[in-house]
Amino acid sequence: MIVAFEAANSFSANLDQIFIFLRNWLVGFLPAAVQPAAAVVLDVIAIVCVFPGLFALTTVFERKGLGRIQNRLGPNRVGPFGLFQPIADGIKSLTKEDIVPLSANALVHFLAPLVLVVTVFMGFAVLPMGRNMVLVDMDSGLLFFFAMGAATELSVFMAGWSSRNKYSLLGAMRAVAQMISYEVVLLLSSVAVVMISGSLSLPAIVAAQNQYSGVFPHWYIFTPWGLAGFLMYAIAATAETNRSPFDLPEGESELVAGYHTEYSGFKFALFFLGEYLAMFSISGLGTTLFLGGWSAPFSFLQFIPSWFWFFGKVMMSIFVFIWMRGTLPRLRQDQLMNFAWKFVLPFTLLNLLVTALWHFMGEGWQRWVVCSVILVAAYALMGTISLRGRHIGRRSYRYAE
Amino acid sequence: MSPIFYLLAVVTLAGALATVLLKHLVHCALAVTVAFAGLALLFLQLDAQFVGFAQILVYIGAVAILVVFAILLTRGSDLPKHGVFSSTWALGLAIAAAVFAVLGWAVIASTHGIPQQDNVPSATAHDIGIALVGRYVLPLEILALLLTAATIGAVIVAMHEKGKQQ
Repeated sequence: MIVAFEAANSFSANLDQIFIFLRNWLVGFLPAAVQPAAAVVLDVIAIVCVFPGLFALTTVFERKGLGRIQNRLGPNRVGPFGLFQPIADGIKSLTKEDIVPLSANALVHFLAPLVLVVTVFMGFAVLPMGRNMVLVDMDSGLLFFFAMGAATELSVFMAGWSSRNKYSLLGAMRAVAQMISYEVVLLLSSVAVVMISGSLSLPAIVAAQNQYSGVFPHWYIFTPWGLAGFLMYAIAATAETNRSPFDLPEGESELVAGYHTEYSGFKFALFFLGEYLAMFSISGLGTTLFLGGWSAPFSFLQFIPSWFWFFGKVMMSIFVFIWMRGTLPRLRQDQLMNFAWKFVLPFTLLNLLVTALWHFMGEGWQRWVVCSVILVAAYALMGTISLRGRHIGRRSYRYAE
Repeated sequence: MSPIFYLLAVVTLAGALATVLLKHLVHCALAVTVAFAGLALLFLQLDAQFVGFAQILVYIGAVAILVVFAILLTRGSDLPKHGVFSSTWALGLAIAAAVFAVLGWAVIASTHGIPQQDNVPSATAHDIGIALVGRYVLPLEILALLLTAATIGAVIVAMHEKGKQQ
């Protein structure tokens, strides 16, 4: 569906749709019969160029950010402030020898990174990156996204098993167990959004949030159930992409490198690319579901293009991922699984009930109070019950002499 | 019958044949995943979006992983010593042919009963949702009971092992 746009002036409307105009202009050079196919091909080329470019930027961002959190500088030799480091990394990974263990299962070993990157790229097809800027507007777009995420788990297993290495296999089993557990949480926290929007199509969900009462937007994160759902979605997203504090499957201090131990050269670069692209894609979905997608935070800021807001929100989410990686210690495997099944999942189910209550109570201040009280009380109760019987003393510090 | 249908049928059949003919069990599990993917694409080609994506989500995302875990945790990766064909293959062939005959008869006989429709019936997620809580609410509740029983059974099996060790 094409979203109409009444802009303050036509310049901001043109800037907003500039990529659409560019694509239509380029496609206009071709004969009319191939124009639809050429438009799709151009869209795909755009996605395949933009997101790996953002990946390159994010690797520098992450290493500098982690460095600063750990009181050091990060890469600063290649280019100004180390900004050309990804080029050096790319050249390095292309020129390294591609080692395949002799007893490894060669075909599956080769296919695992391919399956990962292909399924992760497919997830980008349904994300609305700006007004009218979605590659495929499917009725069940959200379901398609989760289906691609489920296929990702298989590639992780393929990589770990085919390497014929006990550390890889152990890492792969842990990764798959973790991803399955948190996928349930991811799905259930998204169901709340589907319940309120009434549609599985992602552009429709963004359109439902693109309304303003006065100055403030109707993003779902600004509602009690939306905030709870967003927090649980964020936890599940961190676990799904194997990021710290859930990165035991690639626990660098225990498992060498987990399921991608036996991969070198460009195949390792593909795994790295796949992991970061999964981070972008899941942040993009979280932005679409809870943070209003491409809509502006205040109604007077709508002159700024929609794609700027979408990518800005995604990069803010990536920044929070990097921040969490530098700050929080790693969770042990059983702590991770306990947390998912015994705390987050019941809370997700309660969130569904609260969402339904929010919908049926109708407009007014009562629903805000009731929903917030239920969620906060449940959180406090579950926290108290889990912490009962544990003696947590005062925090003590040991400084290096 | 469009060329895409034939291509997808070839992919599905190749996956299914590879599942029964390959020697290494984990290869067979991956081949059955290809067969599931072929089925999902056939559903999507028939414009049944919800069923197609649910097939990917459930079969490839959960059942295939379950099969693979089961293989790893039980038999391991030792190759079969006597080849992949069992000694009673003639009886198996007869039973498979009988099942195929019954299914083929059912499909061909059913096309006479359906009235000629020009437009494809809509099967969006919205329609499926309304059907589930309207006409098919009893099967939905029975499914819920079944899933609850399965979950409780899984918890009991896991707990029982812990009790035995003590």
